[in-house]
Amino acid sequence: MSESSDEPTAEPVLAVDSLEKQFGGITAVEDVSFDIQPGSLTGLIGPNGAGKSTTFNCISGTLTPTSGTVHFQGTEITDAPSHVVAEHGLFRTFQIARELEEMTVLENLLLAPPNQLGESLIYAVTPGLRQRVQKQERELRERAWELLERFELEHLAREYAGSLSGGQRKLLELARALMAEPSMVLLDEPLAGVNPTLETQLLEGLHELREEGYTFLLVEHDMNVIMNHCDPIIVMHQGSILTVGTADEIRSNDRVIDAYLGGDR
Amino acid sequence: MTASGFRSRLTGLPDAVYVFGLMAGLYVVFTGLTVLLNFELAGVVNTLRAITYFSAVYAMVVLALNLHWGYTGLFNLGVAGFMAVGVYTMAIVSGPTNPGPAEIPGLGMSLWVGVVAGVVVAGLVGVLASLPALRLEADYLAIVTLALSEIIRLVLNSTLIQEVSVFGVTFGTGGATGLTVQNNPQTPVTAFFQSWPGSAITDMAMAIGINRPTVVEGIGYAIVLGAVVGLLFVFVRRIATSPFGRVLKAIREDQVVAAALGKDTRWFKIIIFGVGCGLMGLAGILWYGSDGYINPLSFRPNITFYVFVALIIGGAGSNTGSIIGGSIFASVLFYLPQFLEQNSTPVLDGIQSVLGGSTATPQTVIDAGGALVGLDLTAFLAYCFANISSLRFIGVGLILIYLMQRRPDGLFGHRIETAASVPLTTGDTDE
Amino acid sequence: MGMNITHDTIAERVREQPTQLFVGLITTLFLADLLLKLQGTTVLLFDTHVLGGSIGLSELFTYILDGLIVGIAVGLAGIGLSMTYSILNFANFAHGEYLTSGAFVGWATAAVVAGGSGVADRLLLQSNPGLELLSTPIALTVGLCMAAISAVGLALLLDRLVYKPMREAEGISLLIASIGVALLVRYTIAFIWQTGRYGVTGSPTKVTILNLVTLTTHELTLLVLGGVSMVGVAIMLEFTKLGTAMRAMADNESLARVSGIPVEQVTRLTWIVGGGLTGIAGYLFVLESGTIAFNFGWINLLLIFSAVILGGIGSVYGAMVGGVLIGLVDKLAQVWIPSDLTRAAVFVVLIAVLLVRPTGLFGGVKTA
Ligand SMILES: Nc1ncnc2c1ncn2[C@@H]1O[C@H](COP(=O)(O)OP(=O)(O)OP(=O)(O)O)[C@@H](O)[C@H]1O
Ligand SMILES: [Mg+2]
Repeated sequence: MSESSDEPTAEPVLAVDSLEKQFGGITAVEDVSFDIQPGSLTGLIGPNGAGKSTTFNCISGTLTPTSGTVHFQGTEITDAPSHVVAEHGLFRTFQIARELEEMTVLENLLLAPPNQLGESLIYAVTPGLRQRVQKQERELRERAWELLERFELEHLAREYAGSLSGGQRKLLELARALMAEPSMVLLDEPLAGVNPTLETQLLEGLHELREEGYTFLLVEHDMNVIMNHCDPIIVMHQGSILTVGTADEIRSNDRVIDAYLGGDR
Repeated sequence: MTASGFRSRLTGLPDAVYVFGLMAGLYVVFTGLTVLLNFELAGVVNTLRAITYFSAVYAMVVLALNLHWGYTGLFNLGVAGFMAVGVYTMAIVSGPTNPGPAEIPGLGMSLWVGVVAGVVVAGLVGVLASLPALRLEADYLAIVTLALSEIIRLVLNSTLIQEVSVFGVTFGTGGATGLTVQNNPQTPVTAFFQSWPGSAITDMAMAIGINRPTVVEGIGYAIVLGAVVGLLFVFVRRIATSPFGRVLKAIREDQVVAAALGKDTRWFKIIIFGVGCGLMGLAGILWYGSDGYINPLSFRPNITFYVFVALIIGGAGSNTGSIIGGSIFASVLFYLPQFLEQNSTPVLDGIQSVLGGSTATPQTVIDAGGALVGLDLTAFLAYCFANISSLRFIGVGLILIYLMQRRPDGLFGHRIETAASVPLTTGDTDE
Repeated sequence: MGMNITHDTIAERVREQPTQLFVGLITTLFLADLLLKLQGTTVLLFDTHVLGGSIGLSELFTYILDGLIVGIAVGLAGIGLSMTYSILNFANFAHGEYLTSGAFVGWATAAVVAGGSGVADRLLLQSNPGLELLSTPIALTVGLCMAAISAVGLALLLDRLVYKPMREAEGISLLIASIGVALLVRYTIAFIWQTGRYGVTGSPTKVTILNLVTLTTHELTLLVLGGVSMVGVAIMLEFTKLGTAMRAMADNESLARVSGIPVEQVTRLTWIVGGGLTGIAGYLFVLESGTIAFNFGWINLLLIFSAVILGGIGSVYGAMVGGVLIGLVDKLAQVWIPSDLTRAAVFVVLIAVLLVRPTGLFGGVKTA
């Protein structure tokens, strides 16, 4: 588990280069560069306000970076709007779960898969074509129920997402991203508020998925999770990357410890 | 029975039961009213025709608006304007090229070409309007669409394009005078009832005492409208229960999430704005076109607010609710006051026979207040009848405030109408 | 080399701000056309009339003066709308009704105070009381005060009954409720005063200033009172705690709440100041036009919205400047288009502002 980070590697699935984001006068992210290898579960840590979520927002097109580039599977997606980024197979979850509150849990899940036939108005309303839409929806329905089972949300399938608890929302958010079968998911604190048993299951699930070929970039404040499950680990501090390394390397890095203990340098 | 108990009992029945049950209830109430007022059969039937007609036209516009506000969360206050675009386009395209003197010629196409043109042009104007919709917050969108609707009305009202000639073809809007719609959706229905086999129906109706052919033709038109509402319902339901409708809902809930899930929200908004506005154009054609005469005064923003109130009564987001809200609004809040005003003399006589007092209408509110203080309720009511259109608006305003404070979901908005084309059951949790 | 630099910057500007440039071009074109018209020059291109024409200087002066008068009234009416929009966070579609009700109460009171037979008829404005600044100054002053007081009363009453129970609701719910309020108030006025249009003023004296412009005493009153009220409010908000508290609330309500600003009290004061100004504006609208009808506030609502949005929501100065600009557009548009379309021109400007610069001219400056 610890040898991969300095190995000569294959083409990175995600390549971020000199990313910078300013809000008015504040520089939230500065000169951030990293590569993510396919099939990895990379950790991204840093104290509050380090710029992790902002980095996610810039990669996923939710925000436009001030400068720098982002490549996904060899394609430049720097200024692409977020739906285009998702169409390329790069999905993200939100730190503060953003459920579609007045839609049921199932509707939330079924929304995610890309390129559904029925997203065309013509297909949705024309009798013959609509049957093809229905066929596709039946297949998606099966996958949705499988995911619900995996995330223990079956009993809530028909409830409005708005009525879910904080932890359940996090689960739904993750399930929804997986529903799209993306190549890569950016996870912004997906485990915050999830109970320990389920957390363990979820992490095992993430590893299984990783072995199937999914790639994950995980933001998490729980050091145990990061140290035991992520490789490599990227450490951010005050908008910049402090270091990148394996769990052991991070653990023994003084600057990381300073950043966490000292706060402002 | 409490309102919530009533509501929970309401859920669980098939939707058609509500719609037909409501219409049946309205028919019973209005038949009772007309019988009390000693209407002859033709009058009774004509009253039922009127509530059917108004319910149908309102249901159509409300269904269209539900696509915008109920489904996508787009606050479109331009309903009146889009209806105007639809019906004016239809009137101009299918107006005769050489009408009577002092009339403004049209392009001389057939009615059907006119209807399609009206729907398409209204839809295109909607697409244009959606370009700001893509960038603006809900309240700004409301102001922009209201302004657009007023621009449309002011342009129709102005002398600018009252009558113009382009490449030798003369046509126009008629300005403030309005426009006669010779070739309108009622025309083919009327023609049907005037020649065989339709004339046989007219004759039969005459034989049983419905002694006015216009009433029969009107009923025919109301039935056609009912069928159009049915088709429209199927159409919007298909939109609603499809992945397309799911994306619309997602845009309503949180556009950022919809986009993060790979949906091109701009595109969906443009499409639905166009479709909804096209349907508003259709409603404008079937509603105002059938009067045979249109003028810009009909398209003031008040009509938009009516449609909104109807949607909120029914429950934004529910298609069945849209039809129910449209019918309730049209019959009870819109038509009933008008009906009472038209029949105020016999109604007041009736009230006088019970309460005594005077039926002479007080000239001012102060006189009316004096009558009330003097316990002459009849005179006070006479003043109210004379001002019933103001009272109607007051009532609509109060209802709107009440709904927003206490019941923002209306009658059906709390229901979960799942946006998927198949039931979302699975093998082991089948219901 | 210097040439080169300017060239570069212009090209850059075009690339970066195409819309601003477009707006600039259009404005320049209109101004150029206006100058040509004043000169009486017509520019023909392939025998078609492209620019110029003719217009008299005095005609132009009249338009500008009219625009200024309308603009001051609209600006004054806009301040209250702008304040509630930024502080309570919703577009108040009932704002026009504060104008109308203030005006009705004010003018009915003035008619009664002016005296004469038939108090009831005077209250209901059944016959023209012929009020005029120089002959019935006291009645007009009392009316003005009543207009302000009644509009404040109405604003507070409606806030208590309608908006207060909805404080937690989203802006759009409040907007819809305000449409209900608008219908309720407008047609209650119609129920009481009926739907006619009533004359209330006599013919005011004309005054000529510096041999340049001629205007009536009523128009002059509107300009002076409107201007003074605006400046007064601006100063008040700039230099009092209330102004600071309002700015804080407009910025971030929950933050204002936790930092100890008495949010409910500020809200009430907002309605009081905004309502009072709006009542005065309604009264002055009628003073200038000479007639009153139950729907004049509603008819002018979009005009007021245009002014507020053009100026920048939340900015008092913005409302003033926006009001004057909108008034000028409304009147000056007659130079180019038929007078029955000038309102449409105003709304086109409104839409253009929302597209090009939704924060308005003074947006982000957050002056009070
Ligand atoms: N929309 C915004 N406008 C202005 N500043 C912002 C915005 N979003 C983030 N910031 C600032 O950028 C910095 C980085 O924020 P970010 O949310 O990326 O941190 P984070 O690493 O995700 O922190 P946390 O662990 O608390 O989630 C912070 O100082 C924050 O205040
Ligand atoms: Mg974060």
